[in-house]
Amino acid sequence: MQSAAAPVPVPPLVPVPPLVPVPPLVPVRPLVEVRNVSKHFGQGPTRVDALVDVSIEVLPGQVVGLLGPSGSGKSTLLHVIGCIREPDSGWIRLGDDVVYDNGWQRRDLRRLRLERIGFIFQTHNLLGFLTSTENVAEVIELAGGSASEAHRRAVELLEYLGIGHRKNASPSQLSGGEAQRVAIARALANRPRIVLADEPTAALDQQRAGVVMDLLRKVAQDHQAAVIVVTHDDKIFDRFDRIFRLRDGRLVSPPSISGLVAMSQAG
Amino acid sequence: MNLARRDIRHNLPRFLLTCLGLGLLLGIVITMMGIYRGSLDDALRLVRSVDPDVWVVEAGTQGPFAEASRIPGDTREMVARVYGVERAGAVTYQTMKALLAGRPLRMFLVGYELGRPGGPPPLAAGRGILRSHYEMIVDQSSGIGLGQEVTLGTRDRVFTVVGVTRAQVTSAGDPLAYVTLADAQALQFELAPPVERREVARRGAGTETDIVNAVVADLAPFVRQAEVAAAMRRWKHLSALTRPEQEQLVSQFVIEKQRKQIGMFMVLLVIVSAVIIALIIYTLTMDKLRAIATLKLIGAPDRTIIGLIVQQALAMGVIGFISGLLLVMATHEYFPRRVVLLPGDVAVLFAIVLGVCLLASGLGVRVAVKVDPSKALEG
Repeated sequence: MQSAAAPVPVPPLVPVPPLVPVPPLVPVRPLVEVRNVSKHFGQGPTRVDALVDVSIEVLPGQVVGLLGPSGSGKSTLLHVIGCIREPDSGWIRLGDDVVYDNGWQRRDLRRLRLERIGFIFQTHNLLGFLTSTENVAEVIELAGGSASEAHRRAVELLEYLGIGHRKNASPSQLSGGEAQRVAIARALANRPRIVLADEPTAALDQQRAGVVMDLLRKVAQDHQAAVIVVTHDDKIFDRFDRIFRLRDGRLVSPPSISGLVAMSQAG
Repeated sequence: MNLARRDIRHNLPRFLLTCLGLGLLLGIVITMMGIYRGSLDDALRLVRSVDPDVWVVEAGTQGPFAEASRIPGDTREMVARVYGVERAGAVTYQTMKALLAGRPLRMFLVGYELGRPGGPPPLAAGRGILRSHYEMIVDQSSGIGLGQEVTLGTRDRVFTVVGVTRAQVTSAGDPLAYVTLADAQALQFELAPPVERREVARRGAGTETDIVNAVVADLAPFVRQAEVAAAMRRWKHLSALTRPEQEQLVSQFVIEKQRKQIGMFMVLLVIVSAVIIALIIYTLTMDKLRAIATLKLIGAPDRTIIGLIVQQALAMGVIGFISGLLLVMATHEYFPRRVVLLPGDVAVLFAIVLGVCLLASGLGVRVAVKVDPSKALEG
């Protein structure tokens, strides 16, 4: 006869640590938040509603496109976000600061533009009497940086954007692509969290346009900046994380990016 | 970063040409100021070269420069005896034409008594007059040198130049020449032989020639000019002017209109300069509107933009003024009239030019401040 087997001792339960630590989910706060913004020009029969109840959000590290036909309100929206034009109504927050709230507007907008926003223009708009380095350094000095610090950082930025070898050239000596890269360096001079670009690739061929968009993508990722690009340029539709389409001052439901690309390819 | 300096550096040839043009204009303003000061100085120089304490002239006149004055030659002895008078001398003044190498030369002839007040100031070359007749001292602006002979008067009297003065001219720019009183009186009153024969036949005697235009008197120390002048005025046929009174007469009446004319011209030139500077700065600003809009868009404060415009305006004024001044300093010797540049006058004009530049830049600043930053975003 077999005796009954002795019971196997069961080890006490020990909590096992997870293999990969999971951080708690934290909602990412948009860097640019525009709510129900409206803006009109003119009065009576000449009144034009440039923006009607437009709301957008842009997250850090995102590159978004503002698309639409001429007169749709893209540039007006960019001007309003860039604190160049005051809207009629709505609410705008840039970073941690509310800059407009239904008739109230922050006062030191020029300083805010200097420190928080980088502008890139259709034509590079570099100051013709300054060299590449000076164009970038000037913005740093305006924000209170010392001359030596401004010069050092300007050279760093030009090298970061792959144009360090043209640091002493004047704008008239630069090609369109080179000038646009210097303009991007100037826009990044004060480490802005928001970069606004108005048709930055309009004057460039497809290859150079691609380079500029790659740079903007790099800026968005490296600096966790919000990059907003106004464009007509169908060559770069596939470079955006998100697209806001405007028509007659109103935000319309954006088609998918693949749809936009297909539309542009269909002509 | 100094944007004005960098903008100038970028457009250096154009900026320098603009400054040169402005310099020519400011050079004319400086020259006019120098001519004005030269006229005043020349007019007073004649008075100051004699530099007496009291001028005794004909009663009821403000001679001998503001109007004609004729008094008897022996007045000098009367004046010399007045209490407080240390030295006195009779003088004559007349404009004469000399022939120099066949070329007519107008000069202002001063007759004075040797060893008495009224003679030339310290000489630049040569010696004083030692002989009673036919020796002469002239100003170097006449172009006559030492030892040269000058023919004067209706009887072609020949004078030898023994001394040369410097910068002794009248307000009209005529060089001064000094001769003895006797020679001056002879030149003033002697007639051509045929005319004298007719005068002798008409009057039966020669005319009185012991006439002088004024008597100048130096006073003893601590004697008041006004008291001596008042004492002399008690003679009914004489009048007396103190040195300040004579200088005031000369500057107020002798060159008054000339002074006003040049002054008006200077004011007009300054206004024209202001308008031109304003237009230049306005044009320079308009050329930079897009750059200014870009600066505003990227956040540059107004003071940076105003600094850019105002500094360029001031640089233009300073460079233009200095180039104009250098031009005048290099060429003023060749002007027919004396151009006198006093440091005080130049400093005042420089301050005016800077003020004009600041005012003129106001137009450009006004345009720049009103530029809409969104202009930078326009294609």
